[in-house]
Amino acid sequence: MVSKYVNPVLLPLLLLGVIIALWSYIAVLIPGFPTPGEVWSELLVVLSDPIYDNGAGDQGIALQLGNSLARVFGGFALAIAVGVPAGLLIGMSKNAYAAMNPYIQILKPVSPLAWLPLALFVFKEVNTTAIFVIFVTSIWPIIINTALGVRSVSEDYLNVAKVLQLSPFERVFQIILPVAVPFIFTGMRLSLGIAWLVIVAAEMLTGGVGIGFWIWDEYNNLNYSHIIIGIILIGVIGYILDALMGLIADFFDYRKRGRV
Amino acid sequence: MSAKPFLKIDHVDKIFPLGGGKEYVALRDVQLDIRQNEIVSIIGHSGCGKSTILNLIAGLDSITNGTILLEDKHILAPGPERAVVFQNHSLLPWLSAYQNIEMAVKKVLGEELSNSEIRDHVMKYIQMVNLDHAKDKYPGEISGGMKQRVGIARALSIQPKVLLMDEPFGALDSLTRANLQDHLMRIQMQTGNTVIIITHDVDEAVLLSDRVIMMTNGPEATIGEILEVNLPRPRNRLELQHNPEYLRCREAIIEFLYSKFAKEDE
Repeated sequence: MVSKYVNPVLLPLLLLGVIIALWSYIAVLIPGFPTPGEVWSELLVVLSDPIYDNGAGDQGIALQLGNSLARVFGGFALAIAVGVPAGLLIGMSKNAYAAMNPYIQILKPVSPLAWLPLALFVFKEVNTTAIFVIFVTSIWPIIINTALGVRSVSEDYLNVAKVLQLSPFERVFQIILPVAVPFIFTGMRLSLGIAWLVIVAAEMLTGGVGIGFWIWDEYNNLNYSHIIIGIILIGVIGYILDALMGLIADFFDYRKRGRV
Repeated sequence: MSAKPFLKIDHVDKIFPLGGGKEYVALRDVQLDIRQNEIVSIIGHSGCGKSTILNLIAGLDSITNGTILLEDKHILAPGPERAVVFQNHSLLPWLSAYQNIEMAVKKVLGEELSNSEIRDHVMKYIQMVNLDHAKDKYPGEISGGMKQRVGIARALSIQPKVLLMDEPFGALDSLTRANLQDHLMRIQMQTGNTVIIITHDVDEAVLLSDRVIMMTNGPEATIGEILEVNLPRPRNRLELQHNPEYLRCREAIIEFLYSKFAKEDE
């Protein structure tokens, strides 16, 4: 019984010691590689004034992260607005599925970054471009999972709808959506995770502001400890986003409320 | 009982296309008149098309040839006047027992009833199946027999002309099944519903029915014999055990299923 209380705390701390030792060794091998101590003191500096704004290219870490998050949520919200209705349509209509499936299958494996130059040409503006790239990133898992959710509605429930003569509108809201919502949230959770990966790369290309830009900018400034700080902060925020999406998904999932 | 049939199944064929120009004739020339307030069970081996008949009456499947008339009206699509109790209860798992019934009542009777009348109406049917204590439970929280009782209450709550039951107790253990059969007989005596039950259980068919429709084996299944069960109601399964009429009916069905139309590899 004792080990159950100790393990989740002690083991990660032990591993942290190993990581710091290895890291320190690498810092000795590679001249200029920031040591754990340097990164720690820099982290405190960076976090002590997170919202300063000295104009383009020199802003606090919270502003950089905030901009990235705003773009991610913007593109993500657009993807939900388009992807959920599209997924409902594809799931409910075999014709819509036949029409759209080939394009989804071809566009899905395209790296969202391949769209970036085209978006930059069309919008001629960095923010809209980043939002569009996140939109393209997020939409496929949402469409596919929504359609999957619709198709997993059991024939029995649809027969109930037929016997009660539910209108198409009532059928969507009373039968299909309750079944599909957990699937939709799975798609959203996947999308948000990928979007958070992609935004970093997109901002390295677009520049201006954002955590991706910040990391690339610090590389150009030879400020390597900030790169490591960026990596850690991206990881922590990504983890928080995923955990929040998980909580929201569980809240809307009828199966997770003691009703299996 | 009136001379005019309440539900008339008239020379009905059901043919399923199999693709490649082939087809499967499930039902051939099925002819059956059902009277109002009658309990009829349809019995046969699996693959005899007994569920297909039910789906045709429900309107969930289309008739290939022939007609089905309910009170002289053609059956072309599903409708609430022909409520169905499905084998696997098919309750919506995100709604409580109460809400499952309420949803059906609101849809079918919502325009005629006020909110408080809807509430009373739903409660009446919940009480009919003795589920007051479980009305706020979700389907995942109650037993299979209770789920099926909610399913029956939901079907009856929309006041159908015909109650269609597709092997309603097939998935339940035998004690629960007996309990639900008693519930069904008691409720039918109260409401006077016309009930059609699909079953493969000989005792269930005799116990519940006024008539037992015996199906020949598929393909091209049709009605083989019709047996009248001349037992008074209310019926008590204990008293029936040695009743000559009960035994006669039981033997007739067993003779039909296992001698005249025996089927291997069930």
